[in-house]
Amino acid sequence: MDLPHHGYRATKPRARAAPPAGDSVLFEDTSSAAPAMNSQGYYTSGYNMGGPSDDMQGGGGMNNLFADPVANAAMMYGSNLANQGKDMVNKEISRFMSVNKLKYFFAVDTRYVLKKLMILMFPYTHQDWEVRYHRDTPLTPRQDVNASDLYIPTMAFITYILLAGMALGIQKRFSPEVLGLCASTALVWVIIEVLVMLLSLYLLTVHTDLSTFDLIAYSGYKYVGMIFTVLCGLLFGSDGYFVALAWSSFALMFFIVRSLKMKILPSLSSDSMGMGSNAKPQLRLYITVASALFQPIIIYWLTSHLVR
Amino acid sequence: MAFTLYSLIQTAILCINAVAVLHEERFLSKIGWGVDQSVGGFGDEPGIKVQLMNLIRSVRTVMRVPLIAVNSVCIVLLLLFG
Repeated sequence: MDLPHHGYRATKPRARAAPPAGDSVLFEDTSSAAPAMNSQGYYTSGYNMGGPSDDMQGGGGMNNLFADPVANAAMMYGSNLANQGKDMVNKEISRFMSVNKLKYFFAVDTRYVLKKLMILMFPYTHQDWEVRYHRDTPLTPRQDVNASDLYIPTMAFITYILLAGMALGIQKRFSPEVLGLCASTALVWVIIEVLVMLLSLYLLTVHTDLSTFDLIAYSGYKYVGMIFTVLCGLLFGSDGYFVALAWSSFALMFFIVRSLKMKILPSLSSDSMGMGSNAKPQLRLYITVASALFQPIIIYWLTSHLVR
Repeated sequence: MAFTLYSLIQTAILCINAVAVLHEERFLSKIGWGVDQSVGGFGDEPGIKVQLMNLIRSVRTVMRVPLIAVNSVCIVLLLLFG
């Protein structure tokens, strides 16, 4: 019983000699402090009277570690290094995607989310599909219900994964690997759809202000329909599943066609010749309709195995 | 059709390799998709074929060197881990 205690005190000088190595002091601290705390607590509870001098020395050693100027300076250097690393990571990330633009997509509030969910499920009575601008910049989702956001797709995606896990658990087919597989499959389909949309928009030289995040948002709105479909399938059986599938497919197709029509179709260039743009509106219409038709297929593909 | 992220990476590498392998003078010029045949349309509606040729040319130019590195890494990993 005394051996680990001696071992603890024997390793203490070694730990205190190591800190001036720079930022490794952060790792040294936790690895030597945690078992020190554990063994400290154990031995103080087990042996209250047996060895008060030992405990004092152990506690004094701990305080000395933090009051030791060398360890203090090393810790400050380590935290400085960590801050520099964080700044560098932020700079690198902002080279690939602008964080400000991402913040625009998450500027939502409850009223917007509720209205958008209602539009996604029942878009037939929504009159005005125009995205409002404010001096050349689109309005945030808080102020304009037609603006696309990334909050609903993200939350719907996560809810879909959890719902898939629950559906599989109800049918006693659950295992953690299946959950990861379902999540990565859905993510891959989103990536494929966004890439195909980007490729087709580039090939047809559609001058639109649809950014990549907008496409991710429109591609992620189908998860709301999927959640509704799976819920109805779980609650009402196979008939309910197909009814909900038809309902959410039509609603989503209507929503996508109306939204993308605003963004893709009328965006002809300012000096378009009459002859040059004959084929263009047709092809753009094909893109919009194809993207809309893809939604029910993928909804059926990703949810049919959950509702058996 | 259960996808993993690894299969997505594999697909992407295979597709980019396929585009990079198209030879300029042996193949693309023969079927009329070479770089010297793309300066046809003026105005800002280039058409699908010109856009596609531009895309192929830019992918080949940009991805030539990174593909060497990525393919070597893939070969080593597949040899080691099957």
